[in-house]
Amino acid sequence: MKYIVAVIQPDRLDEVLEKLTEKEIHLVTVSNVMGRGRQKGIAEVYRSHTEAGSLLKKIKREIAVNEEYVQPAIDAICSGGRTGQIGDGKIFVLDMKECIRIRTGETGGVAIG
Amino acid sequence: MKKSLLTAACIALISGIAFGQAQETSAAQINSGDTAWLLTGAALVMLMTPGLAFFYGGLVRRKNVLSVLMQCFTILCLVTIQWVLFGYSLAFGPDIRGFIGNLHWAGLAHVGTAAHAVYMPTVPHQAFMIFQAMFAVITPALIIGAFAERMRFLPFCIFTFSWVTLVYCPVAHWVWADKGLFGTFGGMGALDFAGGAVVHINAGMAALAAAVMLGRRQGAPAKISPPHNLPFAVLGAGLLWFGWFGFNSASAGSSGQLAAGAFVVTHVAAAAAGITWSVLDIVFNKRATVLGVITGIVAGLVAITPAAGFVTPMGAIAIGFGAGIGCYIFVSVMKPIFGYDDALDAFGVHGIGGIWGAIATGIWATKLVNPGGADGLLYGNPVQLWIQVKTVLATMAYSFVVSIILLKLIDLVCSLRASDQNERIGLDLSEHREVGYTLLD
Repeated sequence: MKYIVAVIQPDRLDEVLEKLTEKEIHLVTVSNVMGRGRQKGIAEVYRSHTEAGSLLKKIKREIAVNEEYVQPAIDAICSGGRTGQIGDGKIFVLDMKECIRIRTGETGGVAIG
Repeated sequence: MKKSLLTAACIALISGIAFGQAQETSAAQINSGDTAWLLTGAALVMLMTPGLAFFYGGLVRRKNVLSVLMQCFTILCLVTIQWVLFGYSLAFGPDIRGFIGNLHWAGLAHVGTAAHAVYMPTVPHQAFMIFQAMFAVITPALIIGAFAERMRFLPFCIFTFSWVTLVYCPVAHWVWADKGLFGTFGGMGALDFAGGAVVHINAGMAALAAAVMLGRRQGAPAKISPPHNLPFAVLGAGLLWFGWFGFNSASAGSSGQLAAGAFVVTHVAAAAAGITWSVLDIVFNKRATVLGVITGIVAGLVAITPAAGFVTPMGAIAIGFGAGIGCYIFVSVMKPIFGYDDALDAFGVHGIGGIWGAIATGIWATKLVNPGGADGLLYGNPVQLWIQVKTVLATMAYSFVVSIILLKLIDLVCSLRASDQNERIGLDLSEHREVGYTLLD
């Protein structure tokens, strides 16, 4: 079992979601986050006072998958999220120890899907 | 176009200086009640532009909320200065062939505190001027709804300034000015109480032109997030409804029977259209929606605008009902078919509502309400309907064509549209270096 964390451009959300659906990965958690990569943020200016080095809005998407779905998920996120410009984001793949479905108490791989 | 207009304006300026004295105002009696209501009305109409800012601001995505507010407030400043410098003179100044005013009143020369013999003869001329200034402000602001979320700020400023000069001022002159082509002061006799043609059809057609010229937003229509703050839109709609009493009722030019009648029908039409939209929502989507009811209310207010001083309250219900149906069909059926991205339905609500209202005025108008007006179709005068239709068609064609040309010319100088990257980031940050909301404190 792997836990995939992807930070992507906010406007790529729908495309990535579509690609994941194509690969039959339906369960995701999405949150608004702010972050800064190598591109840095865009400076904001308030009454001529520049707020430098601010952060950019990003979307963080978290998916728990069984081994056979790891590569499809990565492919989906890459193809849906890529614009070719700096700031497209990153994908982090983590080992996951356990997964429990609260309703039934099931654990492990069956609890993910 | 620009050159010939400039030449005409120069000739007019010279002739105006020569014969100007003949057109001086009469020393009519100033009525304090009329003046008080008109100035109150002007303040009410002023509030409609911030109201519109919140109406539109709530409907766009989070990343573009400031750009819409900024555009509305910029118009308030920009058009006010244009109006004082030469806009008022072009619209209402001494006539050139019924098409436009000359520059005799540029810088508000000859626009003093004495009353003008033709324009609201019981109030100071400056009160009429500033009341009209608020109309010139809100009209281009309505167009924002079409190009929201993708137009750059600088071309927006150039477009607004030149559109008010080359489109709003002439059309206002045709319909409302002394000796204007279509109006009731020596013109064709078209009835437009508070701006069905001048404001709403005019802005609506320019909106359609802008939507076509700018193209669709990325991902439109399927992948655009829902309105980011509907309560803002509801607040804006409330301010618009409130301000509309000044818009329509103070257009009576007096504080008496006509103003009261216009006030009542304005309110009634808004209510009728709001109910109509909700019923249609329930029939077609199973649920009445908040956005639906406020859109219906605005559609009703738009449609009653040309008719306000000429129809009965029952006529107002009919007009509101028609506006609800017409705009609903256009916004939810026709727009998807045609595929243009009129982002906030500036054409669907103001264009269609205005066209319906101007035509409906030719149907339901009656001299029983306003002896100074005319009878419409239902009161035995089909000619009035034909006059209304001609005015509608002329305004539609002129506004659409000149708007297209203007946008094309501006686009050659500086790109109208934000880059794809900036559109993705959002106009607040890319155009103004500010954000409406912080994610982290």
